[in-house]
Amino acid sequence: MPEKIIGQVQRVNGPVITVDNVTDASMMDLVYVGEDHLIGELVKLDGTSATVQVYEDTTGLCPFENVYGTSLPLSVELGPGLIGSIYDGIQRPLSRLREICGDTIAKGVVSKALDRTKKWEFTPVVAVSDTVHPGSVIGTVQETSRILHRILVPLTLGDLKDQFTVVSISDIAEYSVDETVCVVEDDEGERHSLTLMHSWSIRKPRKVKERKPLSIPLITGQRVIDMLFPLAKGGTVAIPGGFGTGKTMTQHAIASWCDADIIVYIGCGERGNEMTDVLREFPKLIDPYTGKSLMERTILIANTSNMPVSAREASIYTGITLAEYYRDQGYHVAVMADSTSRWAEALRELSGRMEEMPAEEGFPAYLPTRIAEFYERAGRMETLSAMEGSVSIIGAVSPPGGDFSEPVTQHTKRFVRCFWGLDRSLASSRHYPAISWLDSYSEYVDEVAPWWEQKGEGNWKSARQEIMNLLQKEVRLQQIVKLVGPDALPDSQNFILEVCSMFKTAFLQQNAFDDIDKYSSIEKQLGMLNVILTYWKVGSAAIEKGLPIVRVKRMKVTQEIARMRFSISDDNLEELDKITVRLERQISRLGEMYEA
Amino acid sequence: MKHNIEMNKIERSLLKGREYIGAQKIEGPLVYMRNTHAVGYGELVEVSDKDGKTRTGQVLDTSSDVVVVQLFEGTDGLSIPSTRMRFMGEPFNLPVSKGMLGRVMNGLGRPRDASSLPAGEDSMNINGLPINPTAREYPQDFIQTGVSVIDGLTTLIQGQKLPIFSGNGLPHNQLAAQIARQAKVLSQDSDFSIVFAAMGVKYDVARFFIDSFESSGVLDNVAFFLSLADDPSIERTITPRSALTLAEHLAFTHDKQVLVIMTDMTNYCESLREISTLRGEIPSRKGYPGYLYSNLAELYERSGKLLGHGGSITQLPILTMPNDDISHPIPDLTGYITEGQIVFDREMYSRGIYPPINGLPSLSRLMKDGIGDGMTRKDHPHLANQLFASYSHVKDVRNLASVIGEEELTTLDHQYLDFGAKFENEFVYQRFDENRSIEQTLDLGWEALKTLPAEELQRVSEDELKEFYGG
Ligand SMILES: Nc1ncnc2c1ncn2[C@@H]1O[C@H](COP(=O)(O)OP(=O)(O)OP(=O)(O)O)[C@@H](O)[C@H]1O
Ligand SMILES: [Mg+2]
Repeated sequence: MPEKIIGQVQRVNGPVITVDNVTDASMMDLVYVGEDHLIGELVKLDGTSATVQVYEDTTGLCPFENVYGTSLPLSVELGPGLIGSIYDGIQRPLSRLREICGDTIAKGVVSKALDRTKKWEFTPVVAVSDTVHPGSVIGTVQETSRILHRILVPLTLGDLKDQFTVVSISDIAEYSVDETVCVVEDDEGERHSLTLMHSWSIRKPRKVKERKPLSIPLITGQRVIDMLFPLAKGGTVAIPGGFGTGKTMTQHAIASWCDADIIVYIGCGERGNEMTDVLREFPKLIDPYTGKSLMERTILIANTSNMPVSAREASIYTGITLAEYYRDQGYHVAVMADSTSRWAEALRELSGRMEEMPAEEGFPAYLPTRIAEFYERAGRMETLSAMEGSVSIIGAVSPPGGDFSEPVTQHTKRFVRCFWGLDRSLASSRHYPAISWLDSYSEYVDEVAPWWEQKGEGNWKSARQEIMNLLQKEVRLQQIVKLVGPDALPDSQNFILEVCSMFKTAFLQQNAFDDIDKYSSIEKQLGMLNVILTYWKVGSAAIEKGLPIVRVKRMKVTQEIARMRFSISDDNLEELDKITVRLERQISRLGEMYEA
Repeated sequence: MKHNIEMNKIERSLLKGREYIGAQKIEGPLVYMRNTHAVGYGELVEVSDKDGKTRTGQVLDTSSDVVVVQLFEGTDGLSIPSTRMRFMGEPFNLPVSKGMLGRVMNGLGRPRDASSLPAGEDSMNINGLPINPTAREYPQDFIQTGVSVIDGLTTLIQGQKLPIFSGNGLPHNQLAAQIARQAKVLSQDSDFSIVFAAMGVKYDVARFFIDSFESSGVLDNVAFFLSLADDPSIERTITPRSALTLAEHLAFTHDKQVLVIMTDMTNYCESLREISTLRGEIPSRKGYPGYLYSNLAELYERSGKLLGHGGSITQLPILTMPNDDISHPIPDLTGYITEGQIVFDREMYSRGIYPPINGLPSLSRLMKDGIGDGMTRKDHPHLANQLFASYSHVKDVRNLASVIGEEELTTLDHQYLDFGAKFENEFVYQRFDENRSIEQTLDLGWEALKTLPAEELQRVSEDELKEFYGG
């Protein structure tokens, strides 16, 4: 990389440094600071002075040390070998860093994101004299047993309208990522060598042909989500919640069981052990849709809370750029960002050190713009190569004191269309996932309803509505009970409380540590919902006719309903129908006794 | 001031350790110095006053004209003309050795008495370096503390960071001492080495711990880093760093199982706030600096286990919640970083329950992999879930009873009240010197559940009901 001195360090204030005597530099250039060549990004220019945010620990850095410019933006490497890797916030491969510098991360260590020694078998899909454009697929590489990596003409070469002619293309053969596999020529006769990899600036969204409607749900295997507050493929959702309410667990569960093709998991300013947990668990876990190891579809970005704060700011963009790259290959990608609040706080810290005027609670005034830009990068798209792909964003938010009125939660709410609010009191009574059925919402319900109809599950929306109505009624009844006790209510109303309480323990709660309960297929979810609605229907009809509620609660089958999430696995779903049958039979027998 | 770059390089190696006389400004623990050579960020500084008394500091901000240094032993007695300063050209390193066990040091890791410490086996940067997540080993070994509510419901795991959220006047020191005394990993026979860091607590508190360790005969296995209430407040910001540096040395060089007790984190955070305010930084909540989260994470993340090393660091930080408010920034940010929390409850304390731990807001995030068959007992995971679920219902019933009166409650509600009483008085309550085995703890849990009818126990399996609940 061509480097030239662009100035000298004038001041070091943690990760923010001021550079003097700046001659030739542009905004957002990647720079190397000092004799250790610490990686940084130029974020402000003022006369001959510049501000650089440094992505590594600046201890030992001195005034007057040189700053080297590259005239390139901060970029990521895109190519085969990303899947199964774990990177830090600026895409340094952590496993490789461990080989280089041991258990801890020393500063100034560099290592390329993609392994240059590994060979990949390339299979061409274009021929000499074919016409291609940026984003076209020129060939493929089997990256993991489940992911076929499509090699694209780099978007750095231009736009859809820019035409290139293939001058040469390799046969099936093994290449490392930086070897030329194809040469193309533009209309001015200039030739470009294409390799298996290219670079792309992390701050620039990758181009697509057009946005498509968000009409397909992202199935997560989590009942409260799929049945009550669905997320669409290409959609955005925020999960706010105080500490220990279950943001990370929810994200891990979705990363494990959702039906996306690729997962990009960004640990942004969170715990080291949580990343270790994923690294340890995912290779062992089997994806229910393909039967392959989950690690074969997962990329991890780990910038834990004790790693440099500016790299935390970058980690979100690194992650989303990798996601867009796989989307452009025609895949459905789900991005988990845990936690976007730590990213916002990194912005705040850097902004504070640059002595910018703060807006709310010390956050910079551009916070909402940055949040909006990030969530805008989600979507279901037609790619430049006319394939369909999507990026869904699932962002955790960690509000101080668990108070949702703070700036990050509030601004995020403006830009996402689905909201899974975690409730502290649910969490402390161990109702997990602690997603509140009263605070949460999904604007995708109507958009994904036709998908369910096409699957022959047309009553998904009406069943959902019926149970939501009961939950609303329960709130009002609970207020009465709090004042006068449950005995003051007639049995018919008490039964609403009973059904809701059953729905919560038997359906909404889902134990991520139970082998059966942790994942529910949509068939199981619909079956369970049906059992509960049957309980409501036949139970309330019998009570209407005079059957005492205690008799309904004491039925043996009621116990079976309460345990069905643990006892019935996806292989014996017919048990759910049997429960329904027994339920109807037992109630009608009891009912007859009372009618007589 | 235009320096030649080459000159600068030569200068740095030659000027290392050179002394400057006369400060530009002294404010609280901060000293501003002009016209120095190019000084590195975070560099170690030695400052002496007119009587030749030296103190240690660190560069907090450096630029071509002014250097800001924070002094850990305070600035009392320094004057502008007589302040002498030497920049050591290296970061703050602490000489560490196994011989520090059994010794009492100050926050900077220097002996508090006249005798000298054994020679360092190694010299380590007190800030440590971030652990590579790929080098971590996921902690999963159960530590039996002998305290039922912890072992049963918020199980401590070797390598975990599990803070105690307490309040003024609550018995957090007793509990920490009890845990330190009783902690045992059932599958190992090596004992814990203890590193104790005191920040801004009274001498009595330190004395209580010293006596407690002495009476259980483990004093030789404890290293104390004391920065007490009458020591300079800024020293508290360095104390946990010194302590953790030694802990890392013991755990990852000597393969020891280390338990780090840090008290009181609230004082630590207040010292940070002092410095931040002095420097005129933009505050976030309640005047605490915006980087408090990252700063605390730099401490709390220095725990765990590493692949290929036999040792571990388990952290037990103690903090007193201002006004018993769990949403105050200090407990709040701590809870966002640590792997759970043990929460004290003043109301339980006033009812005479020791340890006054409220199980519902308490949590151990690592217990999932450390309990159950082969680790504690096979019924443990479900039993814990059931106790949580039932106990949280007790709270609802008590609320209802306070509105409509106990006599209006149903039979089932009364059974819940009985369960609540039994749970608190027999399962949670225990003596300060009572060390229960995990079997005893779990059996007590089942005893309490027997006050409830079987159909209320939906978190446990039919088999477990048969085996432990009885017919
Ligand atoms: N679905 C679930 N099943 C079982 N336990 C759960 C579930 N969700 C959460 N928990 C429990 O709650 C604990 C905290 O969850 P989690 O770590 O996801 O919280 P968090 O919101 O990410 O907290 P923080 O903001 O501090 O990172 C977990 O360790 C686990 O014990
Ligand atoms: Mg989390």
